[in-house]
Amino acid sequence: MSILVLTESENGKLKKNAFEVVSYAKALANHQNTTVTALAINCDEPGELGNFGADKVLNTTLTFPYFDALIYSEIATQAVKQEGSNLVIISSSANAKYMAGILAAKLDAGYVSNVVDLPVFGAHTTVKRMAFSNKAFSHTTLHANMNVLGLSTNAFGAAENQVNAQVIEFQPNIPDQTMTQIDVSQTTGKASIADADIVVSAGRGLKGPENWGIIEEMAEVLGAATACSKPVSDMGWRPHSEHVGQTGKPVATNLYFAIGISGAIQHLAGINASKIKVVINTDPEAPFFKAADYGIVGDAFDVVPRLTEKLKALQIGSV
Amino acid sequence: MKILVCISNVPDTTSKINFIENDTKFDKQGVQFVINPNDEFGLTRAIWFKEQQGATVDVMHVGRSDADPTLRKALAIGADKALRIDTDATDGFVVANQIANFVKENPYDLIIAGRESIDYNGGMVPGMMASVLGYAFVNTCVGLKIDGKEAVAVREMDGGSETLKTQLPLIIGAQKGLVEETDLKIPNMRGIMQARQKPFEVIAAKDINANTTVSKFEKPEPKAHVKLIAADDLDQLIDLLQNEAKVL
Repeated sequence: MSILVLTESENGKLKKNAFEVVSYAKALANHQNTTVTALAINCDEPGELGNFGADKVLNTTLTFPYFDALIYSEIATQAVKQEGSNLVIISSSANAKYMAGILAAKLDAGYVSNVVDLPVFGAHTTVKRMAFSNKAFSHTTLHANMNVLGLSTNAFGAAENQVNAQVIEFQPNIPDQTMTQIDVSQTTGKASIADADIVVSAGRGLKGPENWGIIEEMAEVLGAATACSKPVSDMGWRPHSEHVGQTGKPVATNLYFAIGISGAIQHLAGINASKIKVVINTDPEAPFFKAADYGIVGDAFDVVPRLTEKLKALQIGSV
Repeated sequence: MKILVCISNVPDTTSKINFIENDTKFDKQGVQFVINPNDEFGLTRAIWFKEQQGATVDVMHVGRSDADPTLRKALAIGADKALRIDTDATDGFVVANQIANFVKENPYDLIIAGRESIDYNGGMVPGMMASVLGYAFVNTCVGLKIDGKEAVAVREMDGGSETLKTQLPLIIGAQKGLVEETDLKIPNMRGIMQARQKPFEVIAAKDINANTTVSKFEKPEPKAHVKLIAADDLDQLIDLLQNEAKVL
């Protein structure tokens, strides 16, 4: 009854969240006296998963290089059946959330998203997850015999745990694709909000889209993703894909800079899962100061370029 | 084209979240309930199809009668018929299967559900329905064109987007970007009057057991006070980020 973990790769390289889900599964497996089986699809170095505790890796290579939710969930279903697993761990990436519902239905499983901690075992197993768009947690009790847990990004972290992973070629029956990818646009060379360790986010305080150069420069120096508040995306200063908050993207990063963002309750909810928040705002009464760890009362146009110069000296983005 | 839009009834985005009965229930006192924002983007796109290409738009909710004003609002905005499956929406599994059971008898060309509700954030209903019904599915959908039986949908990914071609019947997980914020409709008096005449069906639920239940809610620990740093002492900020927070 090995725990099955679905790992994600991009251009053959394992993603950071792959190590997080395997680390989480390993901690769980140690508690349950069982093993971890990881499923790797289109991955060049499946053995790397052993560094984080995968005892066995089922390795599959597909004829097409991109993610297909229906096919991936079918492969996962066959892996679960082969391994006799009753617990599946996935991440909180857009792809994982895309396939989660399909997979849970195929397995007739309970699905719990946005999990932030290891389950608590008892008469019934309970899992802590984020709810109300990060304004609260819920302790959710599992009633099904089969369960899928979606681990929140950055909630558990990756823990090295050297195991000699046994890599096995896995050859599932692949159904016909019902969907064709006809175009893809990927922001290359730049960290995405979902994967970045640091996010630099700015709001109306920047006064106009032409002023975003200082934000982009600071992000580049930090190897960070750029993000923005809702009004900024609504006014078309920045693309929707950068909008973070309750109706935009959730952010669960290590370090979040909020520059010229007042901190509306919806924005604070969306970024709440980030570990350290730094606010830079001219208005000392801005609600963001109540939600931040560190604050500077000051003008972004003065503070940000000076901060960028100092950060440059640390050479963070180049690591 | 027959379109079904699934609606969650959720606390307004500005709501303060509190719990009662030993933290086992959400405190609805003084809370304004609205159409889940992700569903509203979907509803607005559905009405666009109705106006531009010809379609009927039904709205569906799984829950009790306290959601009826929210469904009436959807009718006032332009939906043609409201349907409510009368049961407690205990978890996403129950909601998805209740709707799927109904759709098996009453098929649609396009089903739209928000990618997640902003209260429970389960994020499973559209995908589960698609799997149970065998419909094509595109989540986090930020663009949709339909021509006959062919659909072209844009999906937002982490760090980019992809365009997918598929066939109806289709389910999409809607979100911001599918329509602009400025496209959202506020019901006018005529719409509100017309909504009263539109069909509103309450449907008996099938017996479906939940896979998960909430045993307790918890609010995050209140935040410690912010450490203020002088704007001319940025070295202190960097020092704190490196040595206290250890995030640089």
